[in-house]
Amino acid sequence: MKELSIKMLENPIGPVPLQAYLIVAAFLFCTGVWGLINSRNAVRVLMSIELMLNAVNVNLMSFSSYIDGSIIRGQVFSIFVITVAAAEAAVGLAILLSLYRNRVTIDMENFNLLKW
Amino acid sequence: MNIAYSTELICFLILSSIIVSGSLAVVLLENIVYSAFLLGGVFMAVGGLYLLLNASFVAAAQILVYVGAVNVLILFAIMLVNNKEKLEPIKGLKTRRFISGAVCSGLLILLLRVSITTKWNIPGPKSIGEEATERIGEHLFTDYLLPFELASILLLMAMIGAIVLARRDISITSNKLGDFNNEKSLSDNKIPLLSENSLK
Repeated sequence: MKELSIKMLENPIGPVPLQAYLIVAAFLFCTGVWGLINSRNAVRVLMSIELMLNAVNVNLMSFSSYIDGSIIRGQVFSIFVITVAAAEAAVGLAILLSLYRNRVTIDMENFNLLKW
Repeated sequence: MNIAYSTELICFLILSSIIVSGSLAVVLLENIVYSAFLLGGVFMAVGGLYLLLNASFVAAAQILVYVGAVNVLILFAIMLVNNKEKLEPIKGLKTRRFISGAVCSGLLILLLRVSITTKWNIPGPKSIGEEATERIGEHLFTDYLLPFELASILLLMAMIGAIVLARRDISITSNKLGDFNNEKSLSDNKIPLLSENSLK
């Protein structure tokens, strides 16, 4: 324990290792993938996509802070990801609304217009 | 171990437990309104992680864009399409869930293995801390100028696309301009320009 605390004090960044952030991001991403595959509500699919984008952002930010601490390209990238996510949410929900007007359902199983 | 370190550790543990349990609840809860509010909680916890990573500007952008815009948009969409429909059961749903769960946990194990066994090049250069906002501004107006401008075009396109897709229908009147005093002729003779019937 004492050895661990000394090691932590020597660590110039902080007590939380980079791997902890990566593990949280991996869990968030996998939850998002599972929800994306298994949701039957179309709104929940969009929410799962947002979860996956957030996982990617956590990864970018942690790498930017731990490995690229002086140039922080990862933070700029995550700002771009946030922008694209906002645009994607707006267009996705608009598509969802027009689908709902045409088919009067939000069940993903009924959206089979392009099925052969 | 001094007090700042233990505080940071406790904050990280609380935030990551909120993220893990919240994301599971977003995916698994039956009521979609609960899911939407919990999604806001997950977004705020991710913003807290950014604060722990010395990135106050991105944390503020995360809270503003995700909690303030995306989450509210999702809540509006839920309210617009909420009709409490009964989902009819489909065959083999359990198997499908099980298989996808196995695939996702395999992906999780793979990612964990990669992130733990890789020798990351840490500690890297010293973190610049609160100067990060200025540095982001320099990046956005020097070497990332083209993506920055493209992002603005993307946002404009998304806005126009969302308006075009989500409007109900637009009506044109057969009146000439200047005939607007005649209210009766304004109220009838409306031809929907873009609706399901006009596309047939």
